[in-house]
Amino acid sequence: MVDSKQQWKAWLYLAPALILLAIFTVWPILNTSIMAFQEGYNEMDALRLGRWGFPIGLGNFERVLNYSKFWSALQNTLILCIPTVLISTLLALIISVCLNSIKPLQRFLQTIYFLPYVTNSLAIGMVFAAMFNIVGTTAAENPVISTYGIINNIIMMFGGDPINWINAGSTYETKLIVVMIYIIWNALPFKILILLGALQSVNKQYYDAAKIDGTGKVRTFVRITIPLLSPMITYVVITGFIGGFKEYSSVVGIFDDAMARTGQLNTMVGLIYTSITNSNTGVASAAALILFAIIFVITMINLAISKKTTYY
Amino acid sequence: MSNNINNVTANRETALHVMKEKDMNQVNKTAKIMKVLGYIAVYAFLILMAFIVLFPFYWMIISSLKSWQEYNLAVPTLWPQVIHFENYAVALERANLERVFGNTVYVGVVSTLLSLIITILSAFAFARLEFKGRDALFAGLLATMMIPGELFTITNYQTTFYFGWGDTSKWGFTILIVPFLVSTFYIYLLKQNFLQIPNELYLAAKVDGVSDFKYLWKVMIPLAFPTIISITILKMMGAWNTYVWPNLVIKDKDYLLVTNGIREGDYSVAGAVDMVNYPLQMAAVAMVSIPLFMVFLFFRKYIMKGVSRSGIKG
Repeated sequence: MVDSKQQWKAWLYLAPALILLAIFTVWPILNTSIMAFQEGYNEMDALRLGRWGFPIGLGNFERVLNYSKFWSALQNTLILCIPTVLISTLLALIISVCLNSIKPLQRFLQTIYFLPYVTNSLAIGMVFAAMFNIVGTTAAENPVISTYGIINNIIMMFGGDPINWINAGSTYETKLIVVMIYIIWNALPFKILILLGALQSVNKQYYDAAKIDGTGKVRTFVRITIPLLSPMITYVVITGFIGGFKEYSSVVGIFDDAMARTGQLNTMVGLIYTSITNSNTGVASAAALILFAIIFVITMINLAISKKTTYY
Repeated sequence: MSNNINNVTANRETALHVMKEKDMNQVNKTAKIMKVLGYIAVYAFLILMAFIVLFPFYWMIISSLKSWQEYNLAVPTLWPQVIHFENYAVALERANLERVFGNTVYVGVVSTLLSLIITILSAFAFARLEFKGRDALFAGLLATMMIPGELFTITNYQTTFYFGWGDTSKWGFTILIVPFLVSTFYIYLLKQNFLQIPNELYLAAKVDGVSDFKYLWKVMIPLAFPTIISITILKMMGAWNTYVWPNLVIKDKDYLLVTNGIREGDYSVAGAVDMVNYPLQMAAVAMVSIPLFMVFLFFRKYIMKGVSRSGIKG
C-alpha cells in the first residue's frame, strides 16, 4: 500500500498544520526552555547582546524562587485549586447519583446544571462580584452603606451579620472564599456531565445482583458505584487540577487584572503574564517551566494513586 | 354460576394470601414510604441545587433591568419595579460593545473556517493515508497537549512581534487568529471519527477513480458531520471567551474582543467616577452571555458531546 505517491500526498495534506505547529508549538517549546536557562534574558538586553549573549545557568529559576510574589502565587494557586477540586468533585458525584436515580425532569435538570459551562468565565465572575459587593463606604468609622449586596441580604434574612467579602478592608480569607465559591460553581457542569455519562453506562446487572443479595444503599454506593466510576473520577480530578493550576480569569472576573497579577490574589499564570509584559522573558520562561513541572508531577501522583484505587 | 364460583375461590385465595403476607405487607409499606421520602429528598436536593446554579443568571438579568437607585435599595427587590431596557443601550456604548462584538464574530468565523480546513486535511492524512513516521508524528502531536499554553504564549509573543504583527492597528486580526489555528485536540477528535468509517469505502472510491478531495467532501465530511459541528461550536466559543492573549498583545483598542471589552468598559455612575453602576455592568455582561445561551439551546447535543470528550473549555 505504501507507494511514493501516497507519501508526498500525505505530507502535502499535513503541510499547513505542520508549518503552523512548527512555528507556534514546537519552536516555543524549544525556545522557552532555552530562554529559561539563559540567565537574565530580557527583551531590552537581547537587542544589545543578541539572542545568544546571555550566560547559561540556573539564575532565572533562582530569581523566580527567591521572588516573594512567587510563593504567594503558589500558595494562592494551591488554596484555590485543591479544596475546589475536592468539593466540586464530591458535589458533582452526589448530584450525578441523584440525577441518575430519577426519571421525570432528569434531562431538564441536567441541562440546567450544564448552563454554567456555556458562559464567559470572566463575565460571570463580574456577576459574582456584584452579588458579594457592598455599595457604599465600608470605613471603620461612619460606614455609609446603601446596599449590602444580595448574598449579605440572604445572610441577614437568616439572622446573620453582613460580611465584608471583597470590598476595601476585606480579609484575604473572605476574598479567597468568594473566588472558591465561584470556581466550584463554574467547575460543576463538566464534572456532572462526565460522571452522569459514566453512571448511565454502568451495567445494571451489578445493581440487580446487589439487590438480590440484599445489599444496603450506602454499601452499594461505596462498593459498586464508586469503584465502577473510579476511572472517570480520576479523569475529572486530573483535569480539575490541571485547570486549577492555570486559574487566572476567575480572579480577573471578580476583582481585576491587577489583583490576579500582582495583588493579594496573584496566581501562577498571572505571575507569568506580568513577567512577559515587563519583558523579563527569561524569568517568565523559568516560571512557565516550573508550572509545567508542577502540573506534570501532580498528574503523575494522581495517576499513581488511581492505579492503586481503580478497580478495572 | 361458574363466574360466581370463580369469584369465591379467587376471594378465598386472596384472603389466604393476605393473611399469609400480612407481615410482609407491613414491611413493604414502610419500605414504600421510605422510598417515597427518599424520592422527595432527592428531588428537593436537586431542585435546590438547580436554584443555586441559576441564581447568578437570574441576578444578572434582573439587576441589568433596574435603575441605579433601585439596585441600591437596602431591601433588594426580586423583580425590577420599572424595567429599564435603556441600560442595554448605554452599556453597549460604554463598553464599546458594538466594535468588540464585530471583532469577535469576525475572528471567530475566520479562525473557525481556516482551522476546519487544516484540521480536516490533517485528520484525513492521519486516518487514511499511509506514510513513513505517521504513528510517531501523531504520538508527538498528542504529547504537546500536556504542555500548559502559557509556555507557548511567551515565545509566540516574541515571534508575532518579530513578524511585525505587534503593530496591531495593521495586524490586529492576524495576531489574534494565526497562532491558534491548529489544535492538536481537534485533529485527534476528527481522526478518531474518520477511522470509524470503513476503509473499504475509500478503496472502492479509489477503484472507481474518485479523487481524494471528492471522496473527502462527499463521504468523509458528511459522515463525520456531528464532530465537525462540535469542533465549530467549541472553536467559536473559544473566540468568545478568550481574554489573556488579546489583553497581552493588542495595543490598539479597536481590535479587542468581547471579554476584554466588558472588563475594560467604563460603568461609572454619572457624577461619581469611583462608583460602579452595577445595572450597566450587568447589562454588558448579559449581552455577552445571552448569545452563548442561544447557541447552547440550539446545539445542546453537539456541545455536550464535544465537551465530554475534550475536558477543555473552548
